[in-house]
Amino acid sequence: MAKILYVDHEKCTGCRLCELVCAVSHDGISNPARSRIRVLKWEAEGIYIPMTCQQCQDAPCLNVCPVKAISQDEELGRVSVDYNTCIGCRSCVSVCPFGAMNFNATDRRVLKCDVCDGDPQCVRFCDVKAVEFIEAGEVAIRKSRKAAKRVSDAGRQAADLQAQI
Amino acid sequence: MALNRKIAYIDLTTGDIQTKAIPLEVRKKFLGGRGLDAYLLYNHTKKGCDPMGPDNALIISGGILTATCASATSRTHVMAKSPLTGMLGSANMGGFFAPELAWAGFHHLVIKGKAKNPSYIYIHNGEIEIRDAGGIWGQSVTDAQWAIRQELGDEEVKSCVCGPAGENLVRFANVMTGVKNAAGRTGMGCVMGSKNLKGVAARGTMDIEIAHPVEALEYNKSFISQITSAKVSQTQGTLGTPFIWGATNSWGGVRTRNFQYNQCEYSDDIEPERIDEICEETMGPYHMTGCFGCQVHCRAQYKIPEGPLAGRYEEGPEYTSLGAFGAETDTPRALTVLTGNHLVDQFGMDNLETGSLISWAMELYELGIITDKQTDGLDLSWGNDEAVLEMVERIAYRKGFLGDALADGGIPASKKIGKKSFDYLVQVKGMSNLHSDERATPALALNVATASRGSDHLRSRPAIDLYHLPEEVLRKIYSNPVAYDGPLSSEHTEYIGKPWQVFWQENLYMGVDCLGICKYHTVFLGVTLPTFEEWSKVLFLNTGIEMSPEEIWQVAHRCNMLERLFNLREGLQRNDLEKGDMLNHRYFDEPCRRGAVDVIGTMIDKKKFIKMVDELYGHQGLDKNGVPKPETLESLGLENEPSHLV
Repeated sequence: MAKILYVDHEKCTGCRLCELVCAVSHDGISNPARSRIRVLKWEAEGIYIPMTCQQCQDAPCLNVCPVKAISQDEELGRVSVDYNTCIGCRSCVSVCPFGAMNFNATDRRVLKCDVCDGDPQCVRFCDVKAVEFIEAGEVAIRKSRKAAKRVSDAGRQAADLQAQI
Repeated sequence: MALNRKIAYIDLTTGDIQTKAIPLEVRKKFLGGRGLDAYLLYNHTKKGCDPMGPDNALIISGGILTATCASATSRTHVMAKSPLTGMLGSANMGGFFAPELAWAGFHHLVIKGKAKNPSYIYIHNGEIEIRDAGGIWGQSVTDAQWAIRQELGDEEVKSCVCGPAGENLVRFANVMTGVKNAAGRTGMGCVMGSKNLKGVAARGTMDIEIAHPVEALEYNKSFISQITSAKVSQTQGTLGTPFIWGATNSWGGVRTRNFQYNQCEYSDDIEPERIDEICEETMGPYHMTGCFGCQVHCRAQYKIPEGPLAGRYEEGPEYTSLGAFGAETDTPRALTVLTGNHLVDQFGMDNLETGSLISWAMELYELGIITDKQTDGLDLSWGNDEAVLEMVERIAYRKGFLGDALADGGIPASKKIGKKSFDYLVQVKGMSNLHSDERATPALALNVATASRGSDHLRSRPAIDLYHLPEEVLRKIYSNPVAYDGPLSSEHTEYIGKPWQVFWQENLYMGVDCLGICKYHTVFLGVTLPTFEEWSKVLFLNTGIEMSPEEIWQVAHRCNMLERLFNLREGLQRNDLEKGDMLNHRYFDEPCRRGAVDVIGTMIDKKKFIKMVDELYGHQGLDKNGVPKPETLESLGLENEPSHLV
C-alpha cells in the first residue's frame, strides 16, 4: 500500500523549514511561493498548520482537468501533473478544496506535491516529525490509540474520583 | 540570488527612496547583516548626530545567508546610533521578518529623516511605499502587526514595529516582530519612534537562487544534525532558555536585588521546570516554537495562567525575563515573570533594561535615596510584585517622576535623582547589565566591560568558560581558524587566557551576525556547534562566494573594528564610567555573598582586570587607550574610513 504524507499539526513549531527545503529540492531556489507545502499560521494564538496535497482518491483537480494532464500514480500513491500535456488553465487551482494546487507566476505553471518520488524532503528535514510519510492504515491506528488513551485516562480519573468519595 | 539583494535608502522627510546593488567587493569586506550595517552606520551618520534626530540612520537588515538554504537564517539586525548610550546601537532578533525582506528583494534598509505624520514602510517585491500609520499609532506590538496585515489584505505580511514605548521615546524601546522577537537592546524602537515610523512591513515572492542547490541541501542536513545532536540544543528545545537561568542561578551567577546578591533564593516557582509545566498546562504538550528554518525551537508558548491578564497568549519567557522580573527585583514568582514578560512585549521595551532599572530604583528606595515622593506613593520594597508590574507600565508611558526618569535610561535618571544613585547603577556605556552576575567569572566580566554596545552578553561572552573544559579541548576550539599558543585555563574564576577567549568569541559572534544565523547555532552554549570552517562551506554552497575560515575571521575582526571606530568617534574613553570599557565599582568592592564554594567571597581583582583589558586590546590591535593602531587599520583595510563604497 502506498504511503501518505501525514501532518500532525500539534507538533509543528512553525519554522517553515519544510517550505524552504521543498522549494530548493524541486527548483534549486529558495522561495516559499515555490513550495508544495505551506505552513498556515495564527500567530496571535500560536497555531501553525502545514497544508499540502492530500493526494485525493477522487481528486477534483484530476476530474476538472480539460486535457487530462492529471493522473493517479498508484505505485507512489500520488496525483501527478504531466507538464507536457498541461495547458496552464489553472482549473485545478480553482477547484482544489485544500489550496494545495498552486500556480507559480514566474515559471507560469501549476505546482503540487509529488512526494519527492517517495523520499519527501519535508519529512526528512522535520526534526519534530510534524510531517511523516507513513502507510495510510498506520494513520488510523495511531489516531485510534490516541483517542483510546483519552478514554483510558478519563476512566482512571473517574475511578480515582470514585475512590475519594 | 542572495548577492543581488539590494540596499534601500529611505528618507522619511522627503519621501525620497533610492535602491542600490551591493558590490561584490563590499560583500567580501563586510558580508552582510550586522557587519555591513556597521559600515553603513559609520558612513551615513556624522559625528555627534542626535540619536533621536532626523540625521540618525535606522538600519534594518538580514544577513548574507538570510533565506538561503542554510540553517536558522532568521535573524533581523537593527542598527543606529543609540539614544540610550549615545554610542553604537545594535540589536538582533529572530522570527520571520528578515527572510521576508530578502524575498521582497532587500537585505539592508537605511532609514533617515523624520516622517511628518505617523507612517509605516511597505516593501513588496522590489517596490517600496511609505504609508500612513495614523490608525495604527498607539497600538501594541502585536495589534499593530495584525492591523497592518488587515490593512494590506495579506495575512502573509511580516512586519517589524515599535510599540507604545518606542512612540513615547523610551530610550530602551524595542523594534519587534511577531509576538516576542525583539531587537531589544540600545533603544532601536526609540529611534524608530523618533522618526514617526511605526514599522516596516514586507512581503516577497522573489526567487533566491542557490549557487549549488543539491549540495547546499545535503550540507544543510548535516549542519542541522550537528546542531540537534548537541545536548544543549535538545535541552533548549524542551525547556527553552530558562534552563540557562536555572543552571546559572544554581552556582551563583544571577544578579539578585539589583547587585546585592548573586543568587536568587526561594526560586522554585520560576525554575525552568516550573515554567515548562505552566506552558504545558496552558498550551499542551507541544508548546515549543521556532524561528525561520530552525530546528532548535527554543521559544516556549504560554498563556498567562491567572490574574487580570489571565488567558493572554504570549511567548517565552526567555531567561532574561526570569532575571529581570524574578531575581533582580526579588519577586521570584511565575505570575510576575510571565505577566512582566507579556507587558514589555506588548509595550515594546527591553526586558533587561526595564528589570535592571526597576531593581536599581528598588535598591535606591531601600537606601532612602528615593522616597515615596519620587515614586508617587508606590511602595518599591523588594519583592513587591504589583509595584514591579506597575513600574513597567509607568516607564512605557512615562508616568510620574520615576517612570519618566527611568524611561530616559540609567545615567540620565541618576542625574535627575542625584545623591549617590549612580554608584548603585550596574551599567557599562550607559546600558544596564543583563541579569547575570560576573563577579566570580573574570572572562564574563571582561566581556560585559568591553562589549561594543555596552554591557551585554551577546557580543563576546565565552559562555563555555563555565563548563570547566579540559585545556586540550579549549585549545582545539580557540586555536581555530587562527593559531593561538598562549595560555588557556579551565577555571572560570581565573584570569589567564580569558582575553583571547573574549577576542575569539567577539569575532565568532560578529561572524554569525554577518551571516544572519542565530547564535544558538554556533559556539555560544554548545561546544560542538558550527564555527568558521562550516560557515566557509555554507557560504560557498549558497552564494558561490569562496572565503576561507581565516578570511571570514578577518571580516569579523574588521567589522568589530568598525564598531570600535564608531564608538571612539562618539566619545568612548577607556576608563570612563559612563562611556568606557569599565565596570561599576561594585564588581571590585563587593564580594559574592552566595553560591557555590568557589564563588562565594569572590569579586573581580581590579589590577588583574586592567591587565586583562590591556591584553584584549593587544589581541584586537588597539593601543593602551583602546584606539586602533594605524597598522591594525591598514591590515584590516579600514585606513580610509568613511570610504562611502555604498
